[in-house]
Amino acid sequence: MLRELKGDLAAGASAEERVASLFEKIKKSKLNAYNILSEDSALKRAREFDKAPWGGLMAGVPIAIKSSISTRGIETNCSSRILSGYVPPYDAHVIDQLKEEGAIIIGKTNMDEFAMGTSTETSYFGPTRNPWDTDRVPGGSSGGSAAAVAAGEAPCALGSDTGGSIRCPASFCGIVGLKPTYGLVSRYGLVSYANSLEQIGPLTANVEDAALVMEVIAGHDPQDSTSVNSDGGYISGLGDGVEGLVCGVPKEYFGEGVDPLVEKAVWDAISKLVELGASWKEVSLPHTKYALAAYYIIAMSEASSNLARFDGLRYGLRLGTDQDWHTTFSEIRAAGFGSEVKRRILLGTYALSAGYYGRYYLKALKVRTLIKQDFERVLAAGGADILVTPTMPFPAFKIGERIEDPLSLYMADVFTVPINLAGVPAISVPCGFAGGLPIGLQIIGRHFDEIGVLRTAKAYEDATPYHEAVPKEVV
Amino acid sequence: MAEKDVIIGLEVHVQLNKLNSKLFCGCSTDYHDSPPNTHTCPVCLGLPGTLPVVNKRAVEYAIRVALALNCDIQGETLFYRKNYYYPDLPKAFQITQYDFPLGLGGHILIKGEDGEEKTIRITRVHMEEDPGRLVHAGTIDRAKYSMVDYNRCGMPLLEVVTEPDLRSPKEARSFLDKLRNILEYLDVFDGNLEGAMRIDSNISLVGGERAEVKNISSHKGVEKALAYEITRQRSARRRGVAQVQETRHYDELRSITVSIRTKEEAHDYRYFPEPDLVPMRIADWVPRVEAELPELPDAKRERFVAEYGIADDHAKSLTSEIRVANFYEDVAKRAPPRLAAVWIADVLKGELNYRDVTIDKFSPDHMVEILGMLEKRTITEKGAVEVIRIILDTGGDPSEVVEAGGLAKAEDDAVKEAVFAAVAECSQAVADYRSGNEKAINFIVGMVMKKTRGRADPGEANRLVKEALEEI
Amino acid sequence: MITGKDVDHISWLASIKVVEEEKECFVASFNSVLDYFHQLDELDTEDVEPTYRVVDLTNVFREDEVSESLSQEESLRNASRTEKGYFKSPRIV
Ligand SMILES: [Mg+2]
Ligand SMILES: [Zn+2]
Repeated sequence: MLRELKGDLAAGASAEERVASLFEKIKKSKLNAYNILSEDSALKRAREFDKAPWGGLMAGVPIAIKSSISTRGIETNCSSRILSGYVPPYDAHVIDQLKEEGAIIIGKTNMDEFAMGTSTETSYFGPTRNPWDTDRVPGGSSGGSAAAVAAGEAPCALGSDTGGSIRCPASFCGIVGLKPTYGLVSRYGLVSYANSLEQIGPLTANVEDAALVMEVIAGHDPQDSTSVNSDGGYISGLGDGVEGLVCGVPKEYFGEGVDPLVEKAVWDAISKLVELGASWKEVSLPHTKYALAAYYIIAMSEASSNLARFDGLRYGLRLGTDQDWHTTFSEIRAAGFGSEVKRRILLGTYALSAGYYGRYYLKALKVRTLIKQDFERVLAAGGADILVTPTMPFPAFKIGERIEDPLSLYMADVFTVPINLAGVPAISVPCGFAGGLPIGLQIIGRHFDEIGVLRTAKAYEDATPYHEAVPKEVV
Repeated sequence: MAEKDVIIGLEVHVQLNKLNSKLFCGCSTDYHDSPPNTHTCPVCLGLPGTLPVVNKRAVEYAIRVALALNCDIQGETLFYRKNYYYPDLPKAFQITQYDFPLGLGGHILIKGEDGEEKTIRITRVHMEEDPGRLVHAGTIDRAKYSMVDYNRCGMPLLEVVTEPDLRSPKEARSFLDKLRNILEYLDVFDGNLEGAMRIDSNISLVGGERAEVKNISSHKGVEKALAYEITRQRSARRRGVAQVQETRHYDELRSITVSIRTKEEAHDYRYFPEPDLVPMRIADWVPRVEAELPELPDAKRERFVAEYGIADDHAKSLTSEIRVANFYEDVAKRAPPRLAAVWIADVLKGELNYRDVTIDKFSPDHMVEILGMLEKRTITEKGAVEVIRIILDTGGDPSEVVEAGGLAKAEDDAVKEAVFAAVAECSQAVADYRSGNEKAINFIVGMVMKKTRGRADPGEANRLVKEALEEI
Repeated sequence: MITGKDVDHISWLASIKVVEEEKECFVASFNSVLDYFHQLDELDTEDVEPTYRVVDLTNVFREDEVSESLSQEESLRNASRTEKGYFKSPRIV
């Protein structure tokens, strides 16, 4: 899709027209995929492009950015009341990279508040709707980015994935979403939720587009001490096929709690890969059942510290009259955060507090080691090259269906969080429909084997029609 | 006075203010004379999404200091988050070290209360970031609001923690002077900058709980603060009031400590390893840093005694500040070392202290010139002191000052003239001298000095007066 | 079991005011979540090293070089209350 778009632009199509028509579509839409539009600056940049086109991997390509990624001069509010109106004076590293490669930022997408959610329902700006069924959630937390791409309100988007926040909405919205290996993409400028787990990644209409965006955003950034070098090659490796590839199928990712239609679609996908020359074998990731608890302890603990800075003093919400600082901060934070964010901050505070650190945080980090070792073992040389699983145990659920019960919402992340704990890369690609709702196939690779993950996804995509399906336009 | 029942431990925060940039961002450390919030960036303002990156030279400086304080350097060291709220802390956590600090188990020598050398043990040395600064209109307890300046925020700090080995406020001061001395030798620290050294202190009487006295803002304030606190604890004990474990704030203006009631919960810092930074393996650096360590005060003092043949007291005085030591060595290479030691340690330092200026205000060349004049006896000692004072107060170089002030030693004829005049005027003293009171000669010599306005050499004048009295 | 008193304590530490009406709801959901967390107790992790980070990096530094700061105006731009170039904070005592 991006290839065609770039081709059109190179052949003289007007970027301004394309950008303008996106804004027209977005404004008519009922999806609520965006909470900030940068219409003036995007149109201006498009006009400049039309006047004197520049080069670059994303020359003239419009892109939507999750509201947790800092953009200089464009409000970055994490879909939270406490950050409403906050305009960063700097660009995230990925934004620098996108601009350098010629992209045009069209707006900031809706998300679960501070990326804490699986449904984009916890946004202060209201839920985003799933373009395949507007009564349903788009998944989360990058639900706005996924819905925008699925509905054609953006040709591509960036999201962030702490425990599935790219793959889950990609799966629910029937598009492609990649969570890179931890460290491959700089986190500088991504508003931290759980630092040791999260990565920025692409949400796109197809695998090739995801590879293109990775080509732009991956690589070492001196501003992020945990970032590493990338050799690139994501696009050039796409055509290598799956001949001889060993797909591991972890038995813990099937069975109880998984929608039978989802299971069937994933098995069909495995058959397809075998048809294409791969082989499959059952593997076991025995600590899978502990991943959710470990994940939530780590994420909440880190979040309690990361979100402590929002006190209204330097930026963000400030209430009427100041009292003493502690009372003032406590009231601002009580008013500025939604209840799920408060729940996670408070639980994380508890998990780190005196006397509990060993029982919760340290324990979770030890369990994380076991989970990481599970992956290292099955993906070791001579074992599986990649793993294939459902992305989500079920298709998109109804808005309001799970939000009241935090635990049932947390359970939805059961197949995505182990990947973040292990730090390995994983992609979700469309692999079918259940009752008209998209199903996602998760392909997991070794550390820094994005190329392997992408080429498997590409081979599968080329052999199947699911990525071509688009939802009816909803206005 | 050694106070056997007093137990003091110190936590000293030292700014590594000779670095160019802050600990985790590129903002300049040169903020002291700047308007508020002009040495700030997204990182040190803690803006959402920003990440720290460690200043390599800060770590190198920290290793230098830890080595000089005789610490064991930990092969692998780590930053943690210390979580607490305060308006001066923009991330609501301080990046600091907790488990695995950079240096453990050191010591330094100070001059103890009894005049003997005393070892003060150092528990740990660790790196951390400085918070911002709160400014108040009026006093802190009356101000309706605080104003926050984050220029200081993110300055590289070293925290040096001692064991409770100090026994008096004077020893505490002596420790801090020595620490400052070492830090300046290491060229990592300028103690003259505002806020460069800030001290928290744990203080107790034997058998009592300890109070933590915070906010002692300089090495000079420590004696007053601790003395107040000891007196307060003693009198409480006399009145039968038991000291409770508490935090007290030193109010510099009033020179008292006041209890700050903090909720007990405030001390749950929820330390955990900073996920945005990676461990530092520094074992390999240590040999090189160690090899490059400059000569430290104690070693220099011994060398001065051996190399220049000067008194130990002088050597100690000359090495108590790196700038003075360098000044002395410069001068001693070009003038008699012992004479230089006396004039720099005893005279020049006194004049500098009196004026509260540093030795940079005086040129070593001028010192060499003055010592040369003294050696050639073209000025008197009193004249030399006068020259030093004039140069410090109004500038100029020694020869100009001597000429302009008529400070050259008086010619023999002029002195002789003054001697005759004095003998003629002081008939009573002359009579006393003749009747056997030898001390009476001093009065006459004094008169000669007065008549020559100090330009006569007192020894020479004495000899001439005696001669004259004999002749008469 | 977490109690209302624990919630008060955590709320103080986290600097988030929790009003009485919310408290009961928090107590209930905290207990159910913590209960779920306690399944980790089944695992013997005595000899397991914790994984703080999944990238095996050490010694990442920057050189001691000055880069440009923000202007005072930019530094203060997002703050609701400022005075004379300072951020205006609620009183501290
Ligand atoms: Mg400290
Ligand atoms: Zn800075």
